[in-house]
Amino acid sequence: MLHIYCPYCEEYREEEEFRPKGEAHIARPAEPEATSDEAWGDYLFFRKNPRGLHHEQWYHAAGCRKFFNATRDTVSYQILETYKAGQQPTVTAAARAAQAAGKGVAK
Amino acid sequence: MSDLSIFDVNPAAGAKSESPLAMTRVTVATVASPAKAGVVVREHAFQGHLILRGRATDDQFRAGVEQALGVPLPLKMGPLSRDEARGVSIQWMSPDEWLVIVPAGREFATENRLREVLSGHYAVMNVSGGQTVLELSGPAVRDVLMKSTPYDVHPRNFPVGKAVSSVFAKSSAIIRRVAEDRWELVIRRSFADYLYRWVLDASEEFGVYVAS
Repeated sequence: MLHIYCPYCEEYREEEEFRPKGEAHIARPAEPEATSDEAWGDYLFFRKNPRGLHHEQWYHAAGCRKFFNATRDTVSYQILETYKAGQQPTVTAAARAAQAAGKGVAK
Repeated sequence: MSDLSIFDVNPAAGAKSESPLAMTRVTVATVASPAKAGVVVREHAFQGHLILRGRATDDQFRAGVEQALGVPLPLKMGPLSRDEARGVSIQWMSPDEWLVIVPAGREFATENRLREVLSGHYAVMNVSGGQTVLELSGPAVRDVLMKSTPYDVHPRNFPVGKAVSSVFAKSSAIIRRVAEDRWELVIRRSFADYLYRWVLDASEEFGVYVAS
């Protein structure tokens, strides 16, 4: 069982209370009429399936019934952070690369 | 006061109302008296349940709610705002949603009072018919809760006055600790029959007494 921190309840809760809701930060095309069929199809149906860091939505179904985002490692299943809807992640592939590069310089 | 048309959904005169447990209320007693029971189950039917929505960051909204209900609006998950003498409580349900419980028959007056003092972006909804309250008291209540919910009900994590919404017996319920050995479950009408039977079954080993 995962222990997931709900950013709205400000508490760790059991996984049983939550529902995963797929990839986060999917922006709806600003002008659907001007969007090509291919781009619209990508927006509607195509999702990332990364090995490693994944930003995804979770829903606190049995608690506050709010959607929030989580950064999860799909290899270890470890949830690295959770943050409110509308916020940006702090743990990203770019941030990790920068951190690794920074360490390299320090040596 | 908004120009919404509202009406008393439960007029006292002559209308028949039934608790969600009306058809299934079996008076189970595996022990002779409440004093010997590990768990005493009691339903508090027909209380007034109101769902209140609004912006917690709005000073006027917070002040208005406190003025109308006499208890402060809780601003985070957990602590229940409660006036036991008047039977009024406000529970944080989500950042913009609260559950207000008032004594039976007070819901329409409370709703009107809230509409009088509040203005702007808010909503009040009477959900009294949709849920009911089961009170569990006795020394074994915590054992029954531990069998039923994944939420940590240890006193360290669940002090008196805390209220949470969680998974309960594969369904969901609001769990409120109102005193040292006294807890309340706010349960949905459609699950009331199932959860009531679950509670009786789970309590049987500790000695259960249903108080009417």
